[in-house]
Amino acid sequence: MSWITKTFSSSIGRKIIMSLTGLFLCTFLLVHLLINLQMLRHDNGDSFNFWAEFMGTNPLIRGMEVVLMLGLILHSYQGLALAIKNKKARGAQGYIVNHPEANSKWSSRNMALLGTLLLIFLIVHLMNFWIRSRFDAMGGLAEVRVANLDHPVGDLYSVAAASFKIPWYVALYALAQIALGYHLWHGFTSGFQTLGLNHRKYSPAIRFTGYAFAVIVSLLFAVIPVVMFFGDNYQPRPATGNTVEQSLGADPALR
Amino acid sequence: MAGSNPNAKPMNLTLKVWRQKNRAAAGQVVQYNVRDISPEMSFLEMLDVLNEDLLRKGDDPVAFDHDCREGICGSCNLFINGRAHGPEQGTTTCQLHMRKFSDGDTITIEPWRSQAFPVNKDLSVDRSAFDRIIQAGGYVSVNTGGVPDGNEIPIPKPIADRAFEAATCIACGACVAACKNSSAMLFVSAKVSQLALLPQGQVERSTRVENMVAQMDREGFGACSNIGQCAAECPVGISLENIAILNREFISAKATSNNLA
Repeated sequence: MSWITKTFSSSIGRKIIMSLTGLFLCTFLLVHLLINLQMLRHDNGDSFNFWAEFMGTNPLIRGMEVVLMLGLILHSYQGLALAIKNKKARGAQGYIVNHPEANSKWSSRNMALLGTLLLIFLIVHLMNFWIRSRFDAMGGLAEVRVANLDHPVGDLYSVAAASFKIPWYVALYALAQIALGYHLWHGFTSGFQTLGLNHRKYSPAIRFTGYAFAVIVSLLFAVIPVVMFFGDNYQPRPATGNTVEQSLGADPALR
Repeated sequence: MAGSNPNAKPMNLTLKVWRQKNRAAAGQVVQYNVRDISPEMSFLEMLDVLNEDLLRKGDDPVAFDHDCREGICGSCNLFINGRAHGPEQGTTTCQLHMRKFSDGDTITIEPWRSQAFPVNKDLSVDRSAFDRIIQAGGYVSVNTGGVPDGNEIPIPKPIADRAFEAATCIACGACVAACKNSSAMLFVSAKVSQLALLPQGQVERSTRVENMVAQMDREGFGACSNIGQCAAECPVGISLENIAILNREFISAKATSNNLA
């Protein structure tokens, strides 16, 4: 093994991978959230569709999309592999009586569980939105015109607006953000600790930012589908009819 | 609390103790009753009472590790009622006193659980994995020749204090026992940061961290996920900042050392 593979297969190297990919995914969350918030403008989704088009066509963003996918896969794989390794490290016989709640936070001990829930959510989420908007064979998007652009763009807004009229789907999205919030509650600050960025001057600020990031990001992500569910202003264009039930359905003609 | 009361009422307790004949044998929890335990006794003295009872009955006494019984050697290592070194923070098992318990309590006593710490017998585990990690790099080079003058190497007081804080680790293994991942990172970080802070530790600075981390991984300890259970249960208060220092040392050693292997 070369020194590079040795470094990144060691226990510290592996957590550096978790930290770097995790913090990178945090930056993505921020961009995603800012674009999602465009849906709450009362403009029939023009702003949202404009930015969705930008994210789908800008070459730099498309390049980062590949990095993002690799980052997500690496973070998930490494996280699950570490969870299995760490479970094994306890040995065959565990404790009969154990009170970890006396010495640590629930979210910190359950990152693998929270991460698995998020992964399941992400698969459902990507199937309904990302795959459809990137691959025409997987449903594609109806075209719509927005202000300031001379060409029509995909109407991703209608997919979201239609999906967020389905009660169980809104509930799934809102609940998944609880897992996201707890995951970030530990993950954000933990990422800095792993990189050795622990200092009495800066750590309180990192902790505060991490907790604020976890609460604000997950709360806003959860609020958007709920607002769109109850609000009359958020209607899909009838022509598209792209609902999650159709995209998850067996009939490919409806996808 | 009965702590300072010489007339404190003796306690009767139910103990659930992990008994295991040897490394290969299957273990089980065995229940014992101990009577007339003084609240002034240490936890280990309470176990001495149990063992005297067992010896009188001709039974095998419960094996547990202990040495100084002053909280400085790091030998005693019991997982008591679901906590490393019991319910009191900042204390080793020997410094845990029975006044922390009440008459009629049931106390579950288990050995440290880690794949890297196999059970020798009952509550005694083999912690030689720690010795091998220290042998891999937890030392400094010392020149031969005359005894150097005490103040020959000036070390600023704040740095000496920080190094000393890390050096207070007694290698009891509570960090591994408490950690959900059975990670030895706090133990390794204490030694690495202690020696990285001091001028004497500079010679082996990068090989030390590389070799100690490699040995830690070889021993089968889990990987750190910054849960913080180790520092919360550490009897001498080694802080998580040491793990951050270890991570920094590791990153810079890997990036700059001449070690290609």
